[in-house]
Amino acid sequence: MKPHDGDSVFAHIPHVPEVPLYAMLVAFSKDPTPLKLNLGIGVYRTEDGKPFLLNVVRRVERLLVNDMSTFKEHLPTTGMAEFNRLSAKLILGADSPAIKENRVTTVQCLSGSGSLRIGAEFLAKHYHHQHTVYMSQPTYANHPNFFNAAGLAIKTYRYYDPGTCGLDFQGMLEDLSSAPSGAIVLLQACAHNPTGVDPTLPQWQQIRQLMRSKGLFPFFDSAYQGFVSGNLDEDAQSIRLFVADGGECIIAQSYSKIMGLYGERVGALSIVCKTAEVASCVESQLKLVIRPMYNNPPIHGASIVAAILKDRDMCNEWSIEVKAMSDRLISMRRQLFDALRDKGTPGDWSHIIRHVGMFTFSGLNPKQVAFMNQEYHIYMSSDGRINMAGLGPQTVPHLADAIHAAVTIGV
Amino acid sequence: MNMEYLPMGGSVKMVEETLKLAYGETSEFLKDKRIATVQSLSGTGACRLFADFQKRFRPDSQIYIPVPTWANHHNIWRDAQVPQRTYHYYHPETKGLDFAGLIDDIKNAPSGSFFLLHACAHNPTGVDPSEEQWKDISYQIKGKGHFAFFDMAYQGFASGDPEKDAKAIRIFLEDGHLIGISQSYAKNMGLYGQRVGCLSLLCEDEKQAVAVKSQLQQLARPMYSNPPVHGPLIVSTILGDPDLKNLWLREVKEMADRIIGMRTALRENLEKLGSPLSWEHMTNQIGMFCYSGMTPEQVDRLTNEFHIYLTRNGRISMAGVTTGNVAYLANAIHEVTKSA
Repeated sequence: MKPHDGDSVFAHIPHVPEVPLYAMLVAFSKDPTPLKLNLGIGVYRTEDGKPFLLNVVRRVERLLVNDMSTFKEHLPTTGMAEFNRLSAKLILGADSPAIKENRVTTVQCLSGSGSLRIGAEFLAKHYHHQHTVYMSQPTYANHPNFFNAAGLAIKTYRYYDPGTCGLDFQGMLEDLSSAPSGAIVLLQACAHNPTGVDPTLPQWQQIRQLMRSKGLFPFFDSAYQGFVSGNLDEDAQSIRLFVADGGECIIAQSYSKIMGLYGERVGALSIVCKTAEVASCVESQLKLVIRPMYNNPPIHGASIVAAILKDRDMCNEWSIEVKAMSDRLISMRRQLFDALRDKGTPGDWSHIIRHVGMFTFSGLNPKQVAFMNQEYHIYMSSDGRINMAGLGPQTVPHLADAIHAAVTIGV
Repeated sequence: MNMEYLPMGGSVKMVEETLKLAYGETSEFLKDKRIATVQSLSGTGACRLFADFQKRFRPDSQIYIPVPTWANHHNIWRDAQVPQRTYHYYHPETKGLDFAGLIDDIKNAPSGSFFLLHACAHNPTGVDPSEEQWKDISYQIKGKGHFAFFDMAYQGFASGDPEKDAKAIRIFLEDGHLIGISQSYAKNMGLYGQRVGCLSLLCEDEKQAVAVKSQLQQLARPMYSNPPVHGPLIVSTILGDPDLKNLWLREVKEMADRIIGMRTALRENLEKLGSPLSWEHMTNQIGMFCYSGMTPEQVDRLTNEFHIYLTRNGRISMAGVTTGNVAYLANAIHEVTKSA
């Protein structure tokens, strides 16, 4: 074999440091201590800390494998039609006028991430009012990356108030008011990641009114439908408020958490348009974005979702399993709060039970988080975000001990 | 059954097995960990990741694309904002390779250009360079310091033998090129809709491979975070088990043989019908597609008069031909071409 002459054309390329969260997960897995907690992950876990494969999903997998009529041919670029139809129904409601009027275009994408990127690319190409996206401060760490990659500028709006551990509603309204008309606004439909703080329905109404009056374009990220109240329709209310006023919006849906399909990469991007004609053109343009990226989406996960959503019994079974996941998160919140209260840990910890969904912004600072990692082998992100799904009844006391120590030692 | 997220770079097992297919089971590059690899969304996704990577790290470069090529190649590099040039490839007169034109274009391209090469079973023409021609192409590309990027979507599917179909790549590796490869399991494992593929870049050393891989992941992250788990599980299960792998090799050979059989049958049928034209190219060409040489008007007649659907460039997908319809097809082609 002849040796290669000359440098590689890529010899100058620097190494990208590992995402801090991933580096932390590696450290967790290498930690030999028996009593360690992983509260940094973004996935649901059972109370034994194990991944959760939903029973209804397991059932469907068996059915799919035994179905000799299935093939693995390419899906259309827009994905599985049945999946798209059912996903739109799930998020907008079975009796949504927008659906009845054929004003909704839905394309299957690679989970929430893929939906966000395709939506961002589409807006960068076809949305001419503003090329700036406003997102909450803070927001899911990866949010800016999707829009940056599409060439859109990022700005933030105030969202979390560390003083109250709640919503900085005034700040949010002020910042949205001063956004230029036509700007895109990224909204998390429910179970805000990373704070756990959601607007109330009346607050959502105000947000909607303000946005519509300023011509701000809503881009919803829905990754946790069902994880807040345990009820799928209830958790979609924020989106449905906007759609009900006849205006337009974009919605990115993910089945990663709500159906436990993480690695299958199943999601949907819906664009609610003013007319059916527009919706049809939009669909044709979405194909042009998708084709040079990966041509058509993966079939397997969508098959599972469609099989579940179209069958009334399985859909019921699924919604019961979603409620169980949601209930477990609420129970862990309660148990942690009670444990801290019983220990007399200084401070107001009521936000733990006020916050919703998988995450809570604990209010712990980076020094305290580092202390808890060092002394108690608690792994969580330095912004103080805790994934409640990382807890079980057996491990709540350990976390309570750790928080108590961090807060009282005056770190 | 586990549906947890894969790492950003994808399934380690699947990627390992996939590299063995392309680079060779005992490749020293694998041992030396010199290959930066990420699982991709089939061949399309691999090409797109490479195009984005090329844009980011060689922003002044351009991609040379054969004429003709798979239509989506143009879309991919366009959306990645990499300027495109073309190089001569298909020779309509011979329905074969325009070798002289190809070599000329390689020589005339500015040093350090990027060349997109179909590793085997060229889509849409079915025209592949011979082994000797590949050696020449490799020599000329090396001489100009060009970067060779192989799109290998049909390994195993062309000749029936994956090792044989990787010959072009092995020649380039022998000659010391640092190449890039897009691999797909869509056709050769029938996993079309699962979107399973792999992008690999051969680097100078392990350190560089680690750096390059981290950058590839950085490009995939704002596209879809991490790739799908299901398809690669199928691939790694098959390739990781000797019995299953053997079964797969037999099935790939069966698919390839069926296609080759249909090429032969179609050609023989046309010759028996007394066609005035030469149909040698039908069996010279390889893989799923045959550039028949028919004009758009002749194709239109095939469609309108005989209900035979194919693209107007005269490309026949041989996979659509069966023992049940080959006679009908030959007859129809003869009808529209006999007075040509």
